[in-house]
Amino acid sequence: MVRIAIIIPCFNEEKSILQLHNELVKITQLSEIEIIPLFINDCSTDNSEKILKENKLNHINLPINLGIGGVIQCGLKYAYNESFDYAIQLDGDGQHPPSELYKIIDQLINTKNDLVIGSRYLDIKSFESTRLRRFGIAYFSWIIFILTRVKIKDCTSGFRGFSRKAMELALYHYPDEYPEPESILYFNRNKLLINEIPVIMRERENGASSINGWKSIYYMVKVTISILFNYIKFQKNENN
Amino acid sequence: MKIIDIISCTLSILFIVFIIKLIRKGLLREEYSFIWISIASIFIFFSFYRKGLDTLGKALGFAYPPSLLFLVFLFGIIIFLVQLSIVNTKQHNQIKSLAQKIALLEKNIASKQDLNTK
Repeated sequence: MVRIAIIIPCFNEEKSILQLHNELVKITQLSEIEIIPLFINDCSTDNSEKILKENKLNHINLPINLGIGGVIQCGLKYAYNESFDYAIQLDGDGQHPPSELYKIIDQLINTKNDLVIGSRYLDIKSFESTRLRRFGIAYFSWIIFILTRVKIKDCTSGFRGFSRKAMELALYHYPDEYPEPESILYFNRNKLLINEIPVIMRERENGASSINGWKSIYYMVKVTISILFNYIKFQKNENN
Repeated sequence: MKIIDIISCTLSILFIVFIIKLIRKGLLREEYSFIWISIASIFIFFSFYRKGLDTLGKALGFAYPPSLLFLVFLFGIIIFLVQLSIVNTKQHNQIKSLAQKIALLEKNIASKQDLNTK
């Protein structure tokens, strides 16, 4: 039987944890595939830990705040060690509806793709984001396309599925801050197959985007630099 | 002896005493203490032997000899800061993997306890 871990990063998501868990249970209980949600509490300062404990949800508590990259890496390590066949990252803020999970699972199982990205741009029904955000994402997609010749429209999407190959690579390295665009490059340079499929996303219910104002400029510069350095690093390795 | 000589000698000696105290208390790792003691020694050397600085500066073509000190130290400080960033990055990665390991171990223990109580 295929086993899939759903990695859900939680940082101060006390309002959405239970709802998300119930939705996941409702959707997955009738499934032939074993789907196990795993909440990863990144040192939340609210009641997230209490809620996870009292409701006996499958969860991991990080002793210090690691940020999204460290959280996802921890989840992938767990999924790899517990010999799950696939892992799917699903944000805890309600942006990624569990009903869309099967689209990603279907791709993971039936194709040879190692990284499946749920994209909000390949579908019209999905909500529209702000102009600045769209510009940023288009810019990263462009850089990634130039460097790798892989076309990913929604390269910042955190709704993504990993094969065991991808999990194994993440054991050694996973970008820290704002990991999504950079990890595409990392996986591509390690010759993994990456595919993007349309999914419907919701407007986030609780919590705001971590990227706004001055932070967005820092974000653009930081991610650009790390993508370029990643590229150079692997270029060197290939020549050796 | 001019007042400036007294001030610079006193400060350099106080500095080296401070460094030695830190090392004795174990607050400074030996590899860093080496750098700091060499810096302090250079300070002391040139505080007592100010003519040496003038001669050396003139020989190297500095119009104002003490700027030789500034140049050398500024350069040294920048290199040292880069070194600290390297150490910092390394420790960041080590702390990250330690934290993940602890979390995964805790999870492992918790699930074993669950099995036992069932």
